[in-house]
Amino acid sequence: MSRTDTSKQAEQQDKRSQEEHAQFLSFTLGNEEYAVDILRVQEIRSWEPVSRIPNAPAYEKGVVNLRGAIVPIIDLRERFDLGHSQYTPLTVVVVLQARSSEKTRVMGVVVDAVSDVIDVDKKSVQSSPNFGAKVSTEFINGLISVNQRMVMLLDVDKLLKLDDVDNLRGINNDEES
Amino acid sequence: MSIDMAQFHQVFFEESFEGLDAMESGLLNLDMGDVNVDEINTIFRAAHSIKGGSGTFGFTSVSDFTHLMETLLDEMRDGRRRVTQPAVDVLLGSVDCLREMLQAIQDGAEIDGESVSTHKRSLDNELNNHSPAGAVPINHPQKVPESAAKEDQVSGWLIAFSPHLHLLKTGNEPIRLFRELSSLGDLRVTADLQGMPDLYGLDPEECHLSWKLELDGNVPVSEIDEIFDWVEEDCDLAKQARFASLPAFDEQLGAGATDNRVAETIDTDPARSEPATKSKQLKSEEPKAAAKGSSSIRVDTSKIDTLINMVGELVITQSMLSLVGEHFELGKLDQLKNGLSQLERHTRELQESVMNIRMLPISFVFSRFPRLAHDISSKLGKKIDLKLLGEHTEVDKTVVELLSDPLVHLVRNSLDHGIEMPDVRLAAGKPETGTVTLEAYHRGGNIVIEVSDDGKGLDKEKLRAKAIEKGLIDPDVILTDKQSYELIFMPGFSTAEKLTDISGRGVGMDVVRRNIQALGGNIEIISSLGKGSTISIHLPLTLAILDGQSIAVGDETYIVPLGSIIESLNIKEDRLNRVVGKGETFLLRDQYLPIIRMHEIFNVASARHTKLTEGLLVVVEGQGVRCGLFVDDLLGQQQVVIKSLEANYRRVEGVSGATILGDGSVALILDIPGLVRLANQ
Repeated sequence: MSRTDTSKQAEQQDKRSQEEHAQFLSFTLGNEEYAVDILRVQEIRSWEPVSRIPNAPAYEKGVVNLRGAIVPIIDLRERFDLGHSQYTPLTVVVVLQARSSEKTRVMGVVVDAVSDVIDVDKKSVQSSPNFGAKVSTEFINGLISVNQRMVMLLDVDKLLKLDDVDNLRGINNDEES
Repeated sequence: MSIDMAQFHQVFFEESFEGLDAMESGLLNLDMGDVNVDEINTIFRAAHSIKGGSGTFGFTSVSDFTHLMETLLDEMRDGRRRVTQPAVDVLLGSVDCLREMLQAIQDGAEIDGESVSTHKRSLDNELNNHSPAGAVPINHPQKVPESAAKEDQVSGWLIAFSPHLHLLKTGNEPIRLFRELSSLGDLRVTADLQGMPDLYGLDPEECHLSWKLELDGNVPVSEIDEIFDWVEEDCDLAKQARFASLPAFDEQLGAGATDNRVAETIDTDPARSEPATKSKQLKSEEPKAAAKGSSSIRVDTSKIDTLINMVGELVITQSMLSLVGEHFELGKLDQLKNGLSQLERHTRELQESVMNIRMLPISFVFSRFPRLAHDISSKLGKKIDLKLLGEHTEVDKTVVELLSDPLVHLVRNSLDHGIEMPDVRLAAGKPETGTVTLEAYHRGGNIVIEVSDDGKGLDKEKLRAKAIEKGLIDPDVILTDKQSYELIFMPGFSTAEKLTDISGRGVGMDVVRRNIQALGGNIEIISSLGKGSTISIHLPLTLAILDGQSIAVGDETYIVPLGSIIESLNIKEDRLNRVVGKGETFLLRDQYLPIIRMHEIFNVASARHTKLTEGLLVVVEGQGVRCGLFVDDLLGQQQVVIKSLEANYRRVEGVSGATILGDGSVALILDIPGLVRLANQ
């Protein structure tokens, strides 16, 4: 009886800590540091040549074969207009799972280097400052401070939404009619 | 012992729907002039199975309803009732109603009581409206008139029932039969224990008993037959009517003498026993399918046998190869090569047979059309002859499922808009009865399905006027024949003067085309005014694997579906022309074909050749459009497994999917019609 009580307590504590804490995987892009929810990270791979997708935006580098699935690769540097970097065998691809309308998509993002797994107390997350239309912060969920460095928490679902998907489809429909 | 009956429900539903389909096609096949009792028997048998099953599972509403149908059919079967068109129509309506009821039960929904009672009423009406037989002679094969004549005077029956050993294993319980018999009249049962082995030899699952039954009362033979219907195959049954004076029944049996009547009941005519064996076969296959859930597929055992053979071969090749590999030396190179080519052959065969399992005959789709034609022709007062050709053409299961709605739409269009009214047809010098043909066949790597009619055809001018009126095209556009027919695939296009509930709302054809395109196919229309139209659907044989030609554009590799390639050639300078200074064309056998430069529309920076005369031209055809793709090189032919790009990415114009090449890299598969659209932008 008492044992179940303690395990229950432990569970509750776990739950509470889960509610308050979260783990993030941080990585760098140039001089900036970003982080994504670690539960969305499927795996980390090294860069390998991609097959280009014709007429796609430049930051959508192409697709690779990930154990039989066709997975698109997105260059985050180019996505955020941080300039282009050379791809070396040391370049890292973080494979993320994004959810959009009950479907899970798997996508890879190219980053400069993976740095750390950080524990984040949710209370300490600050909302991103508003720059108006000057700086787009739509992918940023919030900011945290780790050892005096600012780390930006990315919203994976928004980042990988490829929201032009629906727009494109709309255009196609119009053309057909 | 309690058995969860719910686990058999799925089987019951599948079987019942099959039975309903059988009834429907049987009813449609009935020829009023010359009624074949075998066909009525088939229909009756199906109704009876449904009634039995629904009774067992406690779906009383279904069994009560089916009972009415059965009664009607029984009277037809015995020749006591004429088979009339109104009666058949009532039965067809009842089949629909029954299907709805079963569907409702399966979905756990409420049964539409109103429609059930309407159909019940019309069945009752039909039953009471007794028209004596005789006007239409039913060719009853072997009914002994005697028994019918004397039926009135029967005071009881003597039945000798000796089941075969395996009766219990077929799920039949003699005591239930007796219980049912006793509901017909006073029943005395005597068990014969002679066949019982001693305790050591006794298998409790076998039936060693036989029975003598005495049934009192004036009971028609059909009711007794009905009770023993299920066990007919699994027992020796002899029955004899008892009249006021009792004949020496036991003696006759003992001597093995079989008088006329006994012979009749033992040798049931083949037509009746055949459906029974059929339903038994189904039963033995069913549990397997049901266990897998609703999306099951019934596979011919011969297909599985081939598969097993193939796997055997594969295992042999594998062991041979591993033997070669174990102590490999250069001298064994030939052996290795042989083994590898064997391996390739076997893998390909294996792949083909696995694909084959997914194949279903297209009759699964076609079978619903006779009913459709029957309903529409009677509703519109047209005379229509529906021809089905190539029903055995096999199509991938997914295609079969997705094809049925578009096809229904096309056939409906042909029936409703294509075929004219009989008087109009006669006036036009055509036979009164219009013909709609549904044909399926293989051509190349494609399956072609054609819906053609000899009706009025499409009027180009009318189409054009309509399109201009609806603002779909500019008034001064010049259209080729093909382009004008294509207009009917535009959304919101309908030329029917008045809407019917059958078709004409103009929402259909564009959806049809979209569905077909989603399957990777295309749809074409050929028509001639006053003579009829043909709509043909081309579909790839299987959806998952495709024969492809890999091409190089710069350092990128693309796959062109082999089916869409006509030829590949080098171009000579003097064959090249420009249209309005821009559009490039080349002359091939007196035809000017537009050129699509792959490196331009796909923005390939690394392209090796930019001069048309240096590279290669692949002539392709898609959706009736021919064009030349300008590429750097042809690499080779191979079978590729189609992978979805959309699963993780999105649709890309000009690309139908992706595949993984031998070296693990990804190559995109070109979608020729999409490429043409892209080039035209």
